[in-house]
Parts: sequence; structure tokens; C-alpha cells
Amino acid sequence: MNHSAAPAVIVTRDLERRFGKIAAVAGVSFSVRRGEVFALLGPNGSGKTTLIRMLCGVVVPSGGEARVLDYDVATESDAIKARVGYMSQRFGLYNKLTVAENLRFYAAIYGVPRHERDDRVDEILEQLGLQDRERQRTGTLSGGWKQRLALACSIVHSPAVLFLDEPTAGVDPFSRRRFWSMIHRLSKEGITVFLTTHYLDEAESADRVALMYDGRLAALDTAANLISAGLRGRIVEIRAPQPLAALNALQSLPGVRDMVSVRSRVRALLNDGLTPNQVQAALDERGVVVDEVRQVAPTLEDVFISLLEGSEEGDRSSFV
Amino acid sequence: MATRTLALIRNEFIHIVRDPYMLMLALIAPVIDLVLFGYAINTTVEHLPTVVMDQADDRLSREFVAGLVNSSIFDVRHRAASASDVRDEIDRGAAKIGIIIAPDFARQLAAGQTASVQVLVDGSDPATAQAALYAIVALGESQSARALSERLARLGLGSTSGGVEVQPRLLYNPSMSGLNFMIPGLLGLGIQLQTIVFTAFSIVGEREQGTLEQLLVSPVRPIELMLGKMVPYVALAFADVIISVAVVVLWFHVVFAGSLLLLVGLSMVFLFAALGLGLFVSTVSQTLGQATQLAFLLQIPSMLLTGFIFPLETMPRPLQDLSQLIPLTYYLRVLRGIMLKGVGADVLWGDIWPMAVLGIAVFALSVSRFRKRM
Repeated sequence: MNHSAAPAVIVTRDLERRFGKIAAVAGVSFSVRRGEVFALLGPNGSGKTTLIRMLCGVVVPSGGEARVLDYDVATESDAIKARVGYMSQRFGLYNKLTVAENLRFYAAIYGVPRHERDDRVDEILEQLGLQDRERQRTGTLSGGWKQRLALACSIVHSPAVLFLDEPTAGVDPFSRRRFWSMIHRLSKEGITVFLTTHYLDEAESADRVALMYDGRLAALDTAANLISAGLRGRIVEIRAPQPLAALNALQSLPGVRDMVSVRSRVRALLNDGLTPNQVQAALDERGVVVDEVRQVAPTLEDVFISLLEGSEEGDRSSFV
Repeated sequence: MATRTLALIRNEFIHIVRDPYMLMLALIAPVIDLVLFGYAINTTVEHLPTVVMDQADDRLSREFVAGLVNSSIFDVRHRAASASDVRDEIDRGAAKIGIIIAPDFARQLAAGQTASVQVLVDGSDPATAQAALYAIVALGESQSARALSERLARLGLGSTSGGVEVQPRLLYNPSMSGLNFMIPGLLGLGIQLQTIVFTAFSIVGEREQGTLEQLLVSPVRPIELMLGKMVPYVALAFADVIISVAVVVLWFHVVFAGSLLLLVGLSMVFLFAALGLGLFVSTVSQTLGQATQLAFLLQIPSMLLTGFIFPLETMPRPLQDLSQLIPLTYYLRVLRGIMLKGVGADVLWGDIWPMAVLGIAVFALSVSRFRKRM
């Protein structure tokens, strides 16, 4: 989708937030256009949540500037809060209230006028397929339904921007897919969606992806562009009867930057100077039996790792 | 602003009503507390099991024993044949008091000598032992006075005129019932505990549930959130004051001497302190478990240092000073003053203003802490 003509609704410039001596967000500049689905991808502790909380007007920046819907996050947070929706992985639902009561509560909190409230709640219930569960206590819903209700609550006041902080953490894949189709529908209606995630496949469904690491943006582009242009080096895949032996053998080979073993394969990130043939030769030399060494197309994960690799050890365990 | 606050209040009431356990705790627990305490705390000493070894067994000694029984403080349960039997009964706990009358009781009295009665008292419960001692010494004195006057009369020296007669009159609590003293205290302590616990639980519960985070990104202001949390629990506290006073007056027949309106009004002043403490607990507790522990920890000085049970006057100076910093100290005096003495705001002023000042200080500190932590 092309949003380059649409006006920017989120603009940050050198945005920074320190907690004591630690910079959770260390100078971040980007802009998000209206109707865009923008994914902020990064490991736990990379500063995603602090960034999203600054944009929502909850955390005050310690440096730089950010504007949401042309309001300053530092001084006009009330105006921002009233016009954006927010949903987090904790859902923020009252378990003792029914589905409809939760919606009505948030509608009142967000200032939906009394005479419009019931119609609006009915509309949202229908839109998200919640009408059959209207009277059910929220505490008895499954994770997928809770997620849907949380999304409903966050858009009950028709916000212009929707912030989603790891909205699909801990939800089954089927519900995740449904959730994403709803996100794309909202974006078609002109709602800007800004989300954080640490699921790489999820980031690929966004219009643009920002890779965040250690409080900074390591890259920002469409997933396709990141994959084609962002990788410094090449990915080879080695099939071997004993992949661990291959992995150990390559450990000391200059030019091998990262390796991961997946079932009977080893996936390796190499410097541009190192070719698959050279890897094959090195393995032969060390007496490791190899079925095949071939160059493969990189994924977003490979790109991310190639970008982080060098900036010490990233917390890769959090990538699925 | 009003819409948001009303939505929050409504939400809180729905939560209270949907939690039958909490509602029961709120409305029935104070009554159960009052009733249990009311019966358990009976500081009047009566019907102490007593063993008597009457070696004289004549008219005068029997009169002495009858005097003991008539005082209704002593219940003569056993007659013992020997001093060691008396001791044995007390050791076994069958009797708390042992009375040994010497064989020459009557003869000594008749001879104008002092007749002695040995009294053994189980001193493991000092309050009871003390009451028993006073009673028995008083009885002995009245008996010897009578014996003296009888002797004087027999010698033709006329009646016993003169002497000092003390006419004590107890004010405010004529039956000297411990219950009357305890009930206003229980009321105050109960309302404090409940307000602290419910306010704190309600906020910490939202933190645990993740809804507090959600409210923070919404247009809800801290003051609206606080009002939303407080109004329902103030209402509950008032309901409790009314219910508790009703139980006290209708069930225990404690005379309610003062103005109910004044009591309710001053309770509002005290609630500032209790709500403030509840807010404070919520700002330092991440989980409901922590909130519970902290609320009960606060309850200990409230029981020991406010005159709830132990009189402040007998405490060491530093503890007395400390008690002056606890709002409940003043509230208890206000409650007792209104309920038992029936005094008005003019008399209670010396307690009202420190209570208000402390209450507002605790409240303001907690509110500012709450705002910062949000």
C-alpha cells in the first residue's frame, strides 16, 4: 500500500527517554503516515514499550520531540489521549464486567456522548463478531476472544491512531491471523496502526517495519526492501547428516558471522567475500560429511540478526 | 469530567456487588466482629470457682462464706478437707480461689482478737486475681466492722456512729461494662481496617488485572480515578457506621448518648485518614498479598497505641507521643465521647482538630504519592 501521499500523523525527532543513567530510548526519528500499519520490531528490553508509552502521552520524553496528530506528546498529552486508542498484551479488561459493559465503560471514559453510546457499542460488537457474547462475563472468555474485546474497547471511540503494544503475545495462531485481518480492515478505514511486536512474521504483515535495538532504530523500511537491501552478507544453508559437526567445524572459519542449526540444516550468515564453495571446501578439509551447501533467500530474521550482529550479543532467544 | 468519574464510580459499585464475598465482608463482617467481641470481651469478674475449707464450721464462719457467695463474685464449688486439697483444686484449675478458715475463727472473734482467713488466689490471670482480692478484702473489712459493732453493743457502748462512708458514683458507664468501652473502639478500628483494605485492594487489583495501565493511557485524570475509588468505599463505610451503631444499640442495649449526625459527620473527617492510608498501601504494593500484609501491619499500632485496649496514660512517654500522631487515637475518643458521654463538638474540639489535620495530611501525602506513581 502506498501511503506516501497521506499526511504524517506521528512524527518524532531525536526522541529520547532516560531512566537514571540508562537510555531506554536513545534518539529516535521517524514518521508514520495516516492509514499506515507500522510495526516496531525488537527484542525484549529494546525500548519499544517506552517509545509507545511516550507516543501515548504517558511517559514524558527526556529529550527530542514527538508529535502525534500534531499535538506535542510532552505538553498536549490530554488531547492525544482522547484521540488515540491503546491496547496492550495485558488487554486491560475488567473480568467481572460483561463484554458489553466493558465496551460501555470505555465508551464513557473516552467521552462517547451518552445518546450515541448504545449504538456505537452495538456497532462495534457486530463489527468484531462479539454480538453473541455480549452478556458473557469477560473473565470467562478465552484468550482469543479477550483479545478481540480488547481491540473493540480500544476503538470504541473511533480513534485516529491505534497503538498496540505486543497485541498478539500469548494468543493462538488462528486468533492471531483473524486479528491481523481486523487490523488491515481498520487501516483501510484510515486508522493509523502503530504496533510493537517481537514476532518477525507479524512484522512482515505491516506496511513498514522499524527494527529497534538498544534504544535506537537499526533500520526502517518495508519488509520487502529490508530483506532485499538490508542484509550485509549472504545466507547459506548447509544440509548435513550431522549438522552439529558442521556447525562446530565452521565456528573458526573467518567470514562466518552467525550460525543457527535447524533440524538437519545449519543456516549461516557469511561475509560477502565468503562463497558457498569456499564453505564446502572448508568442511571437506575438516572431514565433515556434507550433502549440500547453497545460498538461500534471506528472511527478515536474517536481516535483523545481520544488523544486530556486531552490536554485541542481541537477545535472539526472544525471536521465534 | 463528571461522565468519567460517574463511569468509574458505577464500575466500582458493579465490582462490589458482583463479588458476594467482598460485599459480605463489607456489611456483615463488622456485625459479626461486634457480636463476637461483645460476648468475648467481658471484663466483669463474676462467678469465680472457689474452694472452701471451713475448719470452724460455726455460725460466724458460715456467715462469712455466705457473704462470699452473695457477692456473686465467688461460686463455692467445692468443700475441701485439708489445705493440700485446696491447693490441689487450684493446681488442677478446678478453682481459682481457695479460702481456708481456721478452726478457732469464732473464738478469736469473740475474744476480741483478729480472726484470720487465708486466701489463695490463682494469679495467672492478673485482672481476675486483682478483682477477687479487692472483693475479698472488702468483705473481710465489712465483717470485722460488724463484729466490732456487735462487741461494742454488747459492752453497752452504743451504736457505730461516725466514720467515713465513701459514696462512689460512676459516670458515663454506670454498669462498668467493658463492652461499653470496647464497642466504640471496635467500630473505629473496623471502619479503618475496612476502608484501608478495600481502597488498596481495589487499586492494586486493577494494577494486577492490567486495567490501571489501560486507564492511564485514557483521558481519565488521577483525581477522577481517585474519586471513582473513594466514593463507593466512603458510602460503604457510612453504611457500616449505621449498621454497627444499630447493632450496638438494639442488640447490646448500649445507650447511645450523643448525636448520630455528629458521629457520622466526624466519621467523614476520619475517613480522609483511612482513605489516605488505603491509597498509600496501594502505591507501595504490587500484589494483593503485599497489600493485605501491609494493611494488617498498620492495624497493630492502631490497636496498641490508640487507647483501643490499653489506656494511653500508663504508657511510656515516647509511645504516648507516638499515639498523638495516629488519627485513630482521636477518632476513638470522639466515638466514645459521643456514644457514651453524649458530648458535643464543643467538648470534642480538642480531638476533632488534630484528627482533621492528621487526616488531611495523610490524605494529601498519599494523593501526591499516588499521582507520582501513576
